[in-house]
Amino acid sequence: MKNVQKQKRANKSLPFFFRDEFRVSLVIILVSVALLITTFTFDIVPPILNRGIQPATFPKALLVLIIVMTLLIYYLATKNPWKVEKKLPGSFFLTLSSFVIFVVVSKTLDFFLAISALSIFVSYCWGEKRLFYLLLVGIIFPIIVFIFFETILGLRFPPGLITNIYYS
Amino acid sequence: MDNLLLMLAPLFSSKLLLVLFFGTLFGLILGVLPGLGPTTGGALILPFTMTLDPLSAIVLLTSIYCAGTYGGAITAVLINTPGTPAAAATCLDGYPLAQKGEAGRALGMATVSSTVGGIFSVVILVFFAPILAQLAYEFGQPEYFALAIFGLTMLASIGEGSPIKNLIAGAFGILISTVGKDFMTSIDRFTFGINELTEGIGFIPVVVGLFAMSEMLTQSTLINQVFNRIALKAIKLPSKDDYKKTWKTILRSSGIGSFIGVLPAEGGTVASLIGYSEAKRFSKNPEEFGKGSIEGIAGAEAANNAATGGAMVPTLALGIPGSATTAVILTGLIIHGVRPGPDLFREQPDFLYGIFGAMLIANILFFIFGFFGAKIFARITLVPNKILWPMIFAVSVCGTYSLNQSIIDVWIMLFFGVLGFFMRRYGFSVVPVIIGLILGELVEGTLRQSLVIFDGNWLMFFTRPIALTFFILSLIALAFPLIRSRKIKKKQ
Repeated sequence: MKNVQKQKRANKSLPFFFRDEFRVSLVIILVSVALLITTFTFDIVPPILNRGIQPATFPKALLVLIIVMTLLIYYLATKNPWKVEKKLPGSFFLTLSSFVIFVVVSKTLDFFLAISALSIFVSYCWGEKRLFYLLLVGIIFPIIVFIFFETILGLRFPPGLITNIYYS
Repeated sequence: MDNLLLMLAPLFSSKLLLVLFFGTLFGLILGVLPGLGPTTGGALILPFTMTLDPLSAIVLLTSIYCAGTYGGAITAVLINTPGTPAAAATCLDGYPLAQKGEAGRALGMATVSSTVGGIFSVVILVFFAPILAQLAYEFGQPEYFALAIFGLTMLASIGEGSPIKNLIAGAFGILISTVGKDFMTSIDRFTFGINELTEGIGFIPVVVGLFAMSEMLTQSTLINQVFNRIALKAIKLPSKDDYKKTWKTILRSSGIGSFIGVLPAEGGTVASLIGYSEAKRFSKNPEEFGKGSIEGIAGAEAANNAATGGAMVPTLALGIPGSATTAVILTGLIIHGVRPGPDLFREQPDFLYGIFGAMLIANILFFIFGFFGAKIFARITLVPNKILWPMIFAVSVCGTYSLNQSIIDVWIMLFFGVLGFFMRRYGFSVVPVIIGLILGELVEGTLRQSLVIFDGNWLMFFTRPIALTFFILSLIALAFPLIRSRKIKKKQ
């Protein structure tokens, strides 16, 4: 409890644009405004086909509601600041970047390869250095999962370097 | 009598018994592993249920739900980390008692009170779900709209987080449900020219992303964390003295849990917190709470398992999920072509009472598994995260891909994983997003249909007594956190 109070005090001493509550609220509002602008591009239905309200009305109302509530949490946070979160460690950013690598590899090379690469990369970054376990999580287990999904659900995985070899 | 026989049907079907056996086992494993749980597990297993008939599929999901909720207690007692959020209150007294060398006694009480709570809630389910379903015949579109609004406003009181943040998350969930072709006019909304988005954003990628992937990112920040594990010799059944001390608490918490579970959008986490605090309030020894009180464990565990049956009441009778996991079960029902609601009770009683019976058996099964196997299940937590989470990633990716065979779904899952991580970091619960997503279509659909009925006159909503009641309840739900915080301030 004392620790939380201390973290809150630390947050209060920061300039407002460095505070989490400001940054988080700003991001939510910016995204909501961008989406709100998008709703104005939705097609308008002629009155004869219109059922109750226009298709854009409901999302518009939701976005306005989100913006109002976000302003409210920001206002409340000025009275009662959020606690400062600890800085994120390097392992987090490595895991996050592995998601990006996964998307790129699954799109350009191969779905299986992407799973395999991510598994080995994450396991290694999290401290696993033993080769057997890296092979287990990166190759043996994904193969089992692939075969399991393929035989039980009759799933066909997207084509790619390794998957094509498997299917041929 | 006929219904009772229908409830016993799973006992006479070897297939259903096998499904129950594996569901309970899988649920326990999921419950034991911190960060996973019945919601994520249910979402991951959903594609596999396609190979089963509807009853077996839902029996599998419900047994995972019951056992997973209990499984969280094992980790809560032995490593002071709740396996599921619903077991958070169990840590408060379970771990201190285990530290005193009484881990077996703590887990014994958790097992017995979870089983009693679970069975109590099934009884509530059997009696109240048909009554609620009967009431639902009176509901038209405006009433369903008001009910959905009530469910959403209940998000304000989920857990301990900020009510406004929960409401923002709920509104965001509804917003996600508007992505794709408008179901009434076929106009594209938020598709940004991506063909795959015209069908909308699926439930599974969002659930797996928000729960499993965001947890993977959370675990990446905790790789140096060391757990103090307490060795477990064997589970001990509670002594006569323990029963004397706790039977009232168990019954009270079972009632509280079932009631909280019935409320739309609430669930085991809220139930266990209230069950725990009420156990403390009524206890003759409140000073023992937080230091290893056996009543504290009983209060929390009976309540969270009682919420399972309670949460199934609105799910089956009205199609409104009572918790995040029942939202997954609801999706399972829809995928298998079963439409929850009053007609289900009239047209498919065998299906419905089969589920009730299966939940009853699942509660007995997890008692047996827990009692004889807790020591083994506790060892599952020894699997290092650096091996476990890459494996969970592989299953999550394949599971998400399998439902629509769409790589876009996998990317959506990853996006929601990152989003979920930051939401949790800044105090936004992810559960309201799930509830909002599942209720979104109902809210918008019933609103628009009601406006057609009312010829665009919004005030007509307030001329319908049932709808008006739900609106008043919604206002109370919104005001409740405010009243609660004022009360706390006054006390201080």
